[in-house]
Amino acid sequence: MSKSNGSPSGNDKGDVASIVASNNDLPTTSVKQGETGSSIASKPSSSSAVKLKSEKTDLPRFERGIVDGLVSKFGNSIKIIYIKPLRIKIEVPPKDIVEVAGHIRDESGFDHAESVSATDYPKTGDIEVIYHLGSYTRENLSSHILALSTRTDRDNARLPSLIKVFKSVEYHERESFEMVGVYFDNHPRNDRFLLPEDWADIPPLRKEFRIKGR
Amino acid sequence: MSDQEERISETTRLGLEIVKEAEEDRLMTLSVGPQHPGSGHFRFTVKVDGDYIVDCDPDPGYVHRGEEKMCEYRNFIQNIPHLERPVIHDSSNITYSYSLAVEELVKIDVPRRAQFIRAIASELNRQVYTLYWLAIYGIFLGHSTMFMWPTGDRELIIDLLEALTGARVTHAYNIPGGVRNDIPYGFKDRCLRQVSYFEGRLKEYEDIFYNNPLLRQRTEGVAVLTKEDAIKLGVTGSVLRASGVPYDIRKAEPYDIYDEIDFNVQYMKTCDSFARAYVPLLDMRESCHIIRQLLDKMPESGEVRAKLQPNPKGPPGEAYRRVESGRGALGYYIVSDGTPRPYRVKISVGSFRNLLALPHLLVGSKLGDMPSVYWSLNYWPVEADR
Repeated sequence: MSKSNGSPSGNDKGDVASIVASNNDLPTTSVKQGETGSSIASKPSSSSAVKLKSEKTDLPRFERGIVDGLVSKFGNSIKIIYIKPLRIKIEVPPKDIVEVAGHIRDESGFDHAESVSATDYPKTGDIEVIYHLGSYTRENLSSHILALSTRTDRDNARLPSLIKVFKSVEYHERESFEMVGVYFDNHPRNDRFLLPEDWADIPPLRKEFRIKGR
Repeated sequence: MSDQEERISETTRLGLEIVKEAEEDRLMTLSVGPQHPGSGHFRFTVKVDGDYIVDCDPDPGYVHRGEEKMCEYRNFIQNIPHLERPVIHDSSNITYSYSLAVEELVKIDVPRRAQFIRAIASELNRQVYTLYWLAIYGIFLGHSTMFMWPTGDRELIIDLLEALTGARVTHAYNIPGGVRNDIPYGFKDRCLRQVSYFEGRLKEYEDIFYNNPLLRQRTEGVAVLTKEDAIKLGVTGSVLRASGVPYDIRKAEPYDIYDEIDFNVQYMKTCDSFARAYVPLLDMRESCHIIRQLLDKMPESGEVRAKLQPNPKGPPGEAYRRVESGRGALGYYIVSDGTPRPYRVKISVGSFRNLLALPHLLVGSKLGDMPSVYWSLNYWPVEADR
């Protein structure tokens, strides 16, 4: 497992710490339990400066171990967005996502996808697809969610499907196709699911789609 | 030949072709729903070869309302009432995880007493949902007593929730920051009385329904979902626990005060249709223990609601929080761009995740087993469509 054989170099640790510290979305204190969650101050501190400092030094160790295992295998193609207690988010380019997902399933122990959601960002011109992965088989991961995200151009939104790795993404990816308009290569069915069969408008969760009267 | 005659002969020719094709490959396509009383607002087509189902294609979406899009037009508080609509029977749970996610984004601390109250509300609500599901499950296996009894007992819990929240089914009670109002006078005793009565009733349900030889014959060994398949398909809730995976969000990732409550995750290892029907009963029984503990440990007085700003907003960021609902894990993924309105809301519901098991289980089963398999999946079409 990644946490035991990861043994990251000091440089890796520095990278992780700096990325997390620079992220606006700092770890919150509302999550109480978990492998390392208790090391985070259980009471929210009143001063944000104190909070920032304590969280910078007390990065959740277990979660960092999972990420370090991935970083040591795939190097620069993995970008760490945040590491909070029980929640990890990484971003990978579309060309690597199937390989990284396979590694996450086989080595890190996340065995199913809870949710797949696509978000439209017209300002940056891309669409982000996030797979929230969880684990039923490993008890120490049962409370963790690994968010595996990737980005694609919103004018030509195409991504490789993860259906070969996680069977559980099948309907979620179909939903993302019709709601946000991301075409999943190698997915058996990119077609209507929840919307009416005669739907002839743009995908409704794109930002330029407006609800009438709003 | 007139136009009409031409049309009739054309129709006849097409009909004969279909009959010929059907005879050639022996398969018949049956459409179940959306008006079929056994399917709810949901349609699926099955291909049958004689008695056996060889293909199944679910077609949800008849009650899709675009909840996720609606969320982007309303602020965090305005979103609560319409988010309940997908599962009005389980409305405390569907707003529970939303509240948890908003609290994480806006950084709200919930008073301790409020955490207990909303856990009680969600436990009671889960019972209401499960009783409703059990009633439908009973009637579709031809057991009309099992329709009447849970429907009647459900009313008692609804009355209790009405006293607590002011509404029968759509409570809008769990809100970011706590609960909407404090518990009424005498609620604790009334709740304890109800729980004691209900535990006795669960014993009777077991005698009349679950130990019924006809039910056992129709469900035992039917549509086995192995542990490996259940994990691979990513099913959740009672379907997962019936397949031998003891996974419950209340235990796996305790939210609010669930880490102080002593309870066991109920699961079975037989993986069949009977197990999927029996695990909800075990859950309801465990839920009664949980309610007793919650009432016992609840602080006698204190705040029930954190003070919020008029238009609560937090820094840009995202949160993914989940709770255990009547149909399994219910997760909200909310992206905030720093404004009072969410930028993107994704609701990951148990029904939608369990839907993947329907074709998996129906293919290879007999057509006569379809109702028991379909309803054992604890599927709520309105929730799946959102």
